[in-house]
Amino acid sequence: MSTYSFLRELADSWVLLALTLFFLGTIVWAYRPGSREIHQDTADIPFRNDTLIAADVQVEAEETAPNTEGKQ
Amino acid sequence: MLNYVKLMVLGVIMLFAAVATNFARDIAYQTHALIILGVAFGMFIWVLRNTDEPGVRIDTNGYMDGVVRAGVIATGFWGIVGFLVGVIIAFQLAFPALNLDWAQPYANFGRLRPLHTSAVVFAFGGNALIMSSFYIVQRTCGARLWGGNLAWFVFWGYNLFIVLAATGYLFGATQSKEYAEPEWYIDIWLTIVWLAFLAVYLGTIFKRKERHIYVANWFLLSFIITVAMLHLVNNISIPVSIWGSKSVQLFSGVQDAMTQWWYGHNAVGFFLTAGFLGMMYYFVPKQAGRPVFSYKLSIIHFWALIFLYIWAGPHHLHYTALPDWASTLGMVFSIILWMPSWGGMINGLMTLQGAWDKLRTDPIIRMMVVSLAFYGMSTFEGPVMSIRAINSLSHYTDWTIGHVHSGALGWNGMITFCALYFLTPRLWGRASMYSMSAINWHFWLATIGIVLYAASMWVSGIMEGLMWREVDAQGFLVNSFADTVIAKYPMYIVRGLGGVLYLVGGLIMAWNMWMTIRGGEKVAAPVGIPST
Repeated sequence: MSTYSFLRELADSWVLLALTLFFLGTIVWAYRPGSREIHQDTADIPFRNDTLIAADVQVEAEETAPNTEGKQ
Repeated sequence: MLNYVKLMVLGVIMLFAAVATNFARDIAYQTHALIILGVAFGMFIWVLRNTDEPGVRIDTNGYMDGVVRAGVIATGFWGIVGFLVGVIIAFQLAFPALNLDWAQPYANFGRLRPLHTSAVVFAFGGNALIMSSFYIVQRTCGARLWGGNLAWFVFWGYNLFIVLAATGYLFGATQSKEYAEPEWYIDIWLTIVWLAFLAVYLGTIFKRKERHIYVANWFLLSFIITVAMLHLVNNISIPVSIWGSKSVQLFSGVQDAMTQWWYGHNAVGFFLTAGFLGMMYYFVPKQAGRPVFSYKLSIIHFWALIFLYIWAGPHHLHYTALPDWASTLGMVFSIILWMPSWGGMINGLMTLQGAWDKLRTDPIIRMMVVSLAFYGMSTFEGPVMSIRAINSLSHYTDWTIGHVHSGALGWNGMITFCALYFLTPRLWGRASMYSMSAINWHFWLATIGIVLYAASMWVSGIMEGLMWREVDAQGFLVNSFADTVIAKYPMYIVRGLGGVLYLVGGLIMAWNMWMTIRGGEKVAAPVGIPST
């Protein structure tokens, strides 16, 4: 079997199946139980870290002061 | 010590460039050798003057925003250049006398056209993508750019690539692949710069302080990786001589065509779509002051786009030597692609839910809405045009040009303007842009310009397609090619005027940016005080 035929048959059988399953898996994973809080937290990332002062100071500031920048 | 190594390397580069200038087999190569010689000489002097001097300590605590500022200026500059060349070639089509006799062969349409496409896509769009990915990755990771001055290498290296590519086109060096015209040594240089870009980007993500990687970074990272892959595969060629710009492609015939359009369509998909979606997923929530409408939808948007786009290329090769199954595959995937595209558009628009009143007060939000609307329109038009029967009418006509420009001017251009208006005051510590009414003017000029452009090209394209296929009762073609050219004349003028409006809008933006950076009172910006 030539390389072309082999790759062609592999591509439209097992690889196609694997890619389709992976794609469906990402959707299932997005809707997994408990993902809501994680996604809410992640969606808020742009409203944190507007300034970067120093590595450790920044982490403290995040914990103590609630973020207000998003309102502007 | 490192400076001595740098001096030696620069010396070798200068020597090589000088030899190359002498042995050059064509004018493009000779020009490039001279440019390299000049750049290396300038860098040599610069490094020499800093050698054995007390080093300046750079504060590495804050974000690295200097390179983003340079990127903002470069984006504005290349935007004007690209729009201007676009207007010139639009009028060259309407008035062929503008292919000035005394400027031949350098200023004819054939050489200026790739200059226009590369200037808007790679210079304007590319600088916008690089600078906004540097800005976004730092803010969404809570980390300074990795790699120190490597980010500056990416900026200057990329702009050197643009200068080499642009001068190459004018002097006739091209490998005749659409959107991949630069010759072999420019391709190698871009590969080096792009891998450095990837390293800076990944390095910053690796040292992030946020636990999760924000979705904008997924899009931007997929853009960087995919463009690297496309660029490498589509530019497999062997130079005829190390002293000349000409190279020969390893692929030939239909394989070459398929590789080219696999590249070409994914340049649209990953450069002009995924990359700009990364910008959208950051700047739209920021400007609206609300998180993205549905984070789950953005995840599905991402994976669907990645999985589908890569197959869509063959729809550029309907009715060619390409096997039918391949072009059907491309067509089917193009049509499926409509869904994730609209999912993304809806996600962007719905982010404004509860903030719709800002449409009246905030011209930047208005631009974002128009940008997303054009994203939706062109990602609907694209799948329609990829259907084989419709493609038989639309292919090779101005309809394609209109489609491309509704996407490029409407979606990419508008979202880039939003990014520039968002970043300029923040990066230079100003309260807001110098003039809000100038943004309004820009908005209307650009929008009306796009409408004139797209509408005239629809009319022109469909008319052209119908004229080409019109046959009389005996089965003879009714129209000659020149008949269609004459018939298109009024539409070409309207298109040119649309381009003029878009260019004027761009000039107003450049003036507004200039005044914001130069003038305007300095205040602590409400968000994002640059901390470098």
